[in-house]
Amino acid sequence: MTDATAAIEARGLGKRYGHRWALTDCTLTVPAGHVVGLVGPNGAGKTTLISLATGMLAPTTGTVEVLGARPTSGPRQLARVGYVAQETPTYAGLSVADHLRLGAHLNPRWDAGLARRRIEQLGMDLKQKAGNLSGGQRAQLALTLALAKRPELLILDEPIASLDPLARREFLQVLMDATAEQEFSVVMSSHQVADLERVGDYLIVLIDSRVQVAGEVDHLVATHHLLTGPRRDRAGLPANQQVITDSHTGRQSTFLVRSDEPIIDPAWTVSPVSLEDIVLGYMGHSSARSADIKMLGARR
Amino acid sequence: MIWLTWRQFRPQAVAAAVALVVIAILLAASEHSLASTYTSSGLARCHADCATVASRFIDKLGSLDHLLYFGSAALMYLAPALMGIFWGAPLVAREFEAGTHRIAWNQSVTRTRWALGKLGLVGLAAMATAGLLSLLVTWWASTIDRAASIAGGPVPVASGGAAGLHSTFLVLARLEPVIFAARGIAPLGYAAFAFVLGVTAGVLLRRTVPAMAVTLIVFVVIQVVVPNLVRPHLVPPVHVTSPVNVQTTHLHLNANASSGQVAIRLASAFAKPGAWVLSDTVITRSGAEAPDVSVSSGGVELLVPPAACIPTLGSGISRVAKCQSELAALHLRQSVSYQPASRFWPLQWLETAVYLVLAAALGGVCVWQVRRRRVP
Repeated sequence: MTDATAAIEARGLGKRYGHRWALTDCTLTVPAGHVVGLVGPNGAGKTTLISLATGMLAPTTGTVEVLGARPTSGPRQLARVGYVAQETPTYAGLSVADHLRLGAHLNPRWDAGLARRRIEQLGMDLKQKAGNLSGGQRAQLALTLALAKRPELLILDEPIASLDPLARREFLQVLMDATAEQEFSVVMSSHQVADLERVGDYLIVLIDSRVQVAGEVDHLVATHHLLTGPRRDRAGLPANQQVITDSHTGRQSTFLVRSDEPIIDPAWTVSPVSLEDIVLGYMGHSSARSADIKMLGARR
Repeated sequence: MIWLTWRQFRPQAVAAAVALVVIAILLAASEHSLASTYTSSGLARCHADCATVASRFIDKLGSLDHLLYFGSAALMYLAPALMGIFWGAPLVAREFEAGTHRIAWNQSVTRTRWALGKLGLVGLAAMATAGLLSLLVTWWASTIDRAASIAGGPVPVASGGAAGLHSTFLVLARLEPVIFAARGIAPLGYAAFAFVLGVTAGVLLRRTVPAMAVTLIVFVVIQVVVPNLVRPHLVPPVHVTSPVNVQTTHLHLNANASSGQVAIRLASAFAKPGAWVLSDTVITRSGAEAPDVSVSSGGVELLVPPAACIPTLGSGISRVAKCQSELAALHLRQSVSYQPASRFWPLQWLETAVYLVLAAALGGVCVWQVRRRRVP
């Protein structure tokens, strides 16, 4: 699964609604061949970025390419990308079977067998109207519609944000099974790091339209360390250890650092970090920085 | 695309089909008695004094016929508006509201095809519905329309024996604006236009209810503007100017008891049954509009008649002659601008074409907007 073209390539991408910028000068590369988690706090620009990538929005500035082409540039491009939108909309008045027929009529690469099989596995009634489905079933139906299209790239925008924990787990399970069976790239946005940790192998942290950190999950976990030891100023750390966050008590200091080399200083107690720690660290990092800027401004 | 559009449109299509069947049964059932009244009136085989025969036929129509005559005309006005409001406005706006456009626009079909499929299929259904409805109504009303054209102009008919005691039944020639829009092929054009208007409002406003309201308002405005400002000029109207006939026996004196004024009514010089009169004025020798003269279907009425025409006690026949010569000295001429009855079909085709062109232009706006519009 080595693909030269990126799943999503954004350059200087910006979107403005009236006077408010939802996304500003966003430059990022989402590599193909991964299950990419796009995380960030609410308002970071995740949904805007995905809407731009699926062509539901047009950029105010910059460009975005999906699988090397402009989004919605034609039926061929549309066929390559599957999209499960936020709140997983479905046609309330149409039955589950109607949705499958819709997919079959509108997609040349439609895999009817796959769609049938998934609906059966989920135990959904083909005759039931989508409007009467539970939130979880509706999300599953939307996912089935996107998967049976046999896309090269599947984009999911907070598909499970409104689901209960069980439905959420089931949804992710189906997604994981699908990625194991079919070969396609996935980009899924969420503000729940735990969800992404289950399925994702690549993580992008987006805060205020900026990519704070991006990389393979294993690599991120291996290169981030939590250091605890006697109180020390952040300037006292070696140059190859990038401090993400620090906190200090009277005698003790704790640092979240990024370093490609092992931590050898015996003064530190080095503990492993979870993906969630890393993401929260970067979120705190970003808000601390903006707080610094605010203080600077106040002093002037 | 056609499958999805059809699947979404199916409930409305079924409702329209049921309504059409009900209306067809109703009209077919009452047509039987209408046809027998027509046959017994002898209008079909009439050779002389057909206007009187026609009036007598109209006179004999029952209250159900009256109801259906106006009801069907009202329906022909209502149907395109309803199709614009309930088929057109929600077509795209409801997708935006429910977010389902995000499904539709992410299948392997371009938005252009999506929009064209919707516009095409439901638009054709709207035209077919209006066409069938108009066919039914035009067929049902054909005898009344024929009688109205022969009887000449609007025919206020006092039903029953005693004049004015019963409700009068007004029938209009089919070229008169009220009936014109409810016959022939024009309703097809109205339906196409109203439907696309609704879709356009929905695409631009993205909300169903406001789009419905805007559709209704704009459609009503257009339906008022076209018959008044556009239709009369689709084909240049015919002008005739002829002297007002003062030598007629139709010299009526109207004494207004309350004001004590006396008016004189002369027969209209214009007699073209079934024509649509656009303007009818009386002009003087200089060509200026004659003051204190009103023209109606009843004739030419002089509100300030010459002194000799004002009756006095004991006036004789010589006074009538003097009145006539004084009237003749005024050199009054009646100037009429009208569309002759024979232009019914040319005007129908032209008006339908105008509406279809408008609908096509709006359809272009719709497709362009759907392609351009970005709705997250």
